[in-house]
Amino acid sequence: MRSPKVRTGRGPVGMPVLAAVLLAASLVLPYWQLTLYAPQYPGGLRVFVYLTHVAGDAQEVTTLNHYIGMKPLEEAAPVERAVAVPVVLVFGALAVLSGLLHSPWRWLLRLPLVLFPLGFFADLAAWLWYYGHSMDPAAPIRLEPFMPAILGRGVIAQFRTVASFHVGFYLALAASLVALYDLWRTRVQQERVRVRVAGPAEVAAR
Amino acid sequence: MRWSRLASLVVVALAVVLAGALAGRAQRNATLPQDVQSLIEAKGLTPDQVRAAIQTYVPPGKYDEYLMFSSAGQGGQVLVFGVPSMRLLRVIGVFAPEPWQGYGVGSEETETILNWRTKDSRLAWGDTHHPALSETNGEYDGKWLFINDKAGSRIAVIDLRDFATKQIVQNPNAVSNHGAVVSPNTEYVLEVTQYAGPFPFRYVPLTQENYNRHFRGLATFWKFDRGKGRIDVSKSFQIELPPYWQDLADFGKLESYGWAFWNSFNSERAIGGTLEKKPPVEVGASARDMDYLHIVNWKRAEELVAQGKYTVVNGMKVIRLKDAVEAGILYLAPEPKSPHGLDVAPRGDYIVVGGKLDPNATVYSFRKIQEAIRNKAFSGRDDYGIPILKFDAVVAAQVKLGLGPLHTMFDDKGNAYTSLFLDSAVAKWTLGPPYNPPERAWKLVQKLPVQYNIGHLTAVEGDTTKPGGKYLVALNKWSVDQYRNVGPLLPQNFQLVDISGEEMKLLSNTPIGIGEPHLAQIVRMDRIKSWEVYPAGTNPLTMRPDPNAVKAGQQRVVRQGRTVHVYMTAMRSHYIPDRVRVKRGDTVIFHITNIERTKDAIHGFAIDRHNVNLSLEPGKTETVVLRAERPGVYPFYCTEFCSALHLEMMGYLEIEP
Repeated sequence: MRSPKVRTGRGPVGMPVLAAVLLAASLVLPYWQLTLYAPQYPGGLRVFVYLTHVAGDAQEVTTLNHYIGMKPLEEAAPVERAVAVPVVLVFGALAVLSGLLHSPWRWLLRLPLVLFPLGFFADLAAWLWYYGHSMDPAAPIRLEPFMPAILGRGVIAQFRTVASFHVGFYLALAASLVALYDLWRTRVQQERVRVRVAGPAEVAAR
Repeated sequence: MRWSRLASLVVVALAVVLAGALAGRAQRNATLPQDVQSLIEAKGLTPDQVRAAIQTYVPPGKYDEYLMFSSAGQGGQVLVFGVPSMRLLRVIGVFAPEPWQGYGVGSEETETILNWRTKDSRLAWGDTHHPALSETNGEYDGKWLFINDKAGSRIAVIDLRDFATKQIVQNPNAVSNHGAVVSPNTEYVLEVTQYAGPFPFRYVPLTQENYNRHFRGLATFWKFDRGKGRIDVSKSFQIELPPYWQDLADFGKLESYGWAFWNSFNSERAIGGTLEKKPPVEVGASARDMDYLHIVNWKRAEELVAQGKYTVVNGMKVIRLKDAVEAGILYLAPEPKSPHGLDVAPRGDYIVVGGKLDPNATVYSFRKIQEAIRNKAFSGRDDYGIPILKFDAVVAAQVKLGLGPLHTMFDDKGNAYTSLFLDSAVAKWTLGPPYNPPERAWKLVQKLPVQYNIGHLTAVEGDTTKPGGKYLVALNKWSVDQYRNVGPLLPQNFQLVDISGEEMKLLSNTPIGIGEPHLAQIVRMDRIKSWEVYPAGTNPLTMRPDPNAVKAGQQRVVRQGRTVHVYMTAMRSHYIPDRVRVKRGDTVIFHITNIERTKDAIHGFAIDRHNVNLSLEPGKTETVVLRAERPGVYPFYCTEFCSALHLEMMGYLEIEP
C-alpha cells in the first residue's frame, strides 16, 4: 500500500514552497512599468516600480514632474518600501507553514500571500491618486488634479503614457494562484483519500 | 497522388508570387516618380551626380558609417565629421579657447590642460596639423586622438570617451614641429621638429656657421601611458638630428615594426636673408637635387635610453647625434628634393615618399634598407657623420604620377592614392608585389581632378595595417570658384571621393570656414565607444569622481577665511544655491555639478562680465576660481538652452564693497 502523499510525488509543502519562492523572487523584479513618450525622448522614458525602489528613468521623470509640482517618485511609499523584504519573506513563510496545518489555519495563513498582488495594486493606485492630487500649487506649470492611468494609456502634457504590470507582479500573481490551486488540490485529494479509506458507499451514505 | 498534386500547386503559386514581386520591382526601378524626374531635370543633374547625391545622403535620424577627425589648422581645434554625409558633428577645443565647450573660459580644469596655470605665457591659439588616432596592432582602436601644434611645438591628448582634450605637452627643446604619428601599439607619439633651433634652446646669433654648429632638429618620442591616458614625459626621449628641416614621419609596422621614418628638406641648411639680397629660403632650400630620408631604429633607441646612454636637457632625455650614429639608430637615404608626405604601406614593407618638387612617388623597400644597412652600402656620410645609404640600394620603384605629389594613402585592394598639389588631382596607382602581380605593379591607374591645390588626402583607415577603402577625402587648399564669394578669405574645400570601384568618382564638396585643415583620419564608427553622459560627479580632467562633486541635498556655501567654496548643483531649471554673497577681495570657488542623468540634458554656467562660461554635461563637475574684485550684483545664468524654463535658470552673485 502506498501512501497518498507518495503517490502525488510532492510533500504537503511542495506547492506552498513554490509559491513562497515565486513571491520572494519578485522582490528583485519590477512590478509595474510606466512608459512615457514625447518627441524629444525618441526611445521613451521608462519607470520601473519595484517593491523596494523605483528604477529606469525615474530620475528624469522626477525632474520633469517638478515642473508640475509633483513629488519625487523616489519618495513614494516609504513605509511599504522599507518593510517590503521582511513582509514578503514572512508572507512566504506563513504560506509554507500553512501547508503543514489543517483548516482553518491552512486558509488563514496563506491568505496574505494570496492577496498580495491585490494589495500591491491597491497601494499603487492609492499612491498614484495621491501624487496626482498633491501637486505643489506654486509649481511653474499648474495642472488640475488628476488620476494617472494605472493600466493602459494616458496623456500628461506632451507625454503619452502607457502603464502595465511587469514580471514581478506576474510572479506574485502566479504565487497567489499556485497557493490557491494547492488549497483546491489538497481538498480534492483529502476527499479522494477519504473515499478510498472509507469506501465510496460509506461516503455516499454520510 | 493527392500530395504530389498539392505540392505542384504550391510550387506554381510560389512562382506566380515571385514573378509578381520581380515584375513589381522592375516596374519600380524602371522609372522615377515624375516630380523626382522634374527635380533632376530642373537642376540639370547628370546620372553620376544623382548617384553621388543618393550615395552621400543620410536621412534624418540615420547615422554615417564613418567618423573623420580633421585638424582645423589655425583654429587650433579638431573637427569631427560624419562620412559620407560630410556633416560637421563636433568641434573639439584643443589649443585655443572654445567657449561653447567651456574650454579655456573660466574652467579650472580646461585652463589647467592649456597650461595656463603653470606657464607664464598664455598661448591663446595653436596651429593644428596632423591628427593621429591611437592604434592597437596597427589598427585604430578608437580610444585616443593626438594632434600637434606647429606654432607652439605642442602635442595634445584627446580622450574619445568624451571627445575632450585632456593633456597638452610642450616640447622644452624644440621650436615648431610638423605632425604627430603613433607607433602601432601607441607606445609612442612621435613629434619631429620642422624648423631647426639652437640646441639646447638659447640665443645664438644667426650666422651660417652658428646654424650649422649649434642648430639642431629633434625627434621626440613621447611615451604614452594607456592606463593613465597621459603622455609620460619622464619615460619619453629625444634623438638629436642635424639641422635639416625634418618633415612628415611614419612608424614602421608589421615587418618594419620597431623602425620609424621621416623626410627632411633644406638639407642645404639655407637660412634666408632676403633684405640683404641673399636668396630667400624657398630658393636656398631647393638648391640640391636630393634631401634625406631619415631611417630610425626606435626600438634600439629605447634600449639605449634604458642603458642610461642619454643626456638630460631641460628635463628631457636626449640621445646625442654621435651616440645615435654609433649605435646604428640613425641612417639617411637620398630622396628627391623637398619631399613632403611619407607613408608606410599597409604591410609595413614599403615607404612611399611624395616628391613635391619631383613628379615621382619614390618607394623604398624596407627589406632593401635592411640589406643595405647590413652590407654597409653607403654612398658616404653627411657633415654630421650619419651614414647615407645608396639610393639604388634601397629604392624599390619610382612611379611617375604628375606634378607636386604630396601625400599617400592606401586602400584594401593594393592601390595607393597620392595627392598632386600642382596638378590639383588625386593619382590612383598600384603597389608592387605582394599587393599586385608584377605586371600590374607600380602603375598609374587614374588621375581625378580636384578643386583645387590639394594638400593632404585621407582614405578610410588608409594609413593602418587594414585600410578600409570605399571613401577618400581630398583636403583642398583653394576653393576659388567652388562657392559663392563670402569675402576675400575663402573657405577650404573638402571633396569626398568614392574609391570603391575601379574608377575614382567625385561625390561632394564641403566648405570649411573655420580654419585650414591639414590632415584628417577616417575611422569606422563602431570603433568609437563614447560616453552618453558622464558617471555622476566626474571631473573632466581626471575622468574620475571629483572630490568636490555634490549630490542633491549636499549643496552648501563654506567660507574659509577669504576663500568661499560654493558647492552648487545644476539641473532643470535651477542652480542650488542661486544666490551667492561674497566680499570684495574674496576668492570664490564654484564647484558645480550637473546632477542630471539624461542624455543631452546639458547646462551652461556663465557669469556676467567675468569671462566665465562652463559647459556642464550630465554628470560633469567643473570648477571656477574667481577673484571678487568689482563690487556689484552680477547675474549668472545657464547658457545652454535646457528646458522651457531655461531663461529662468539663473542666480545672482553679490560682491559687497
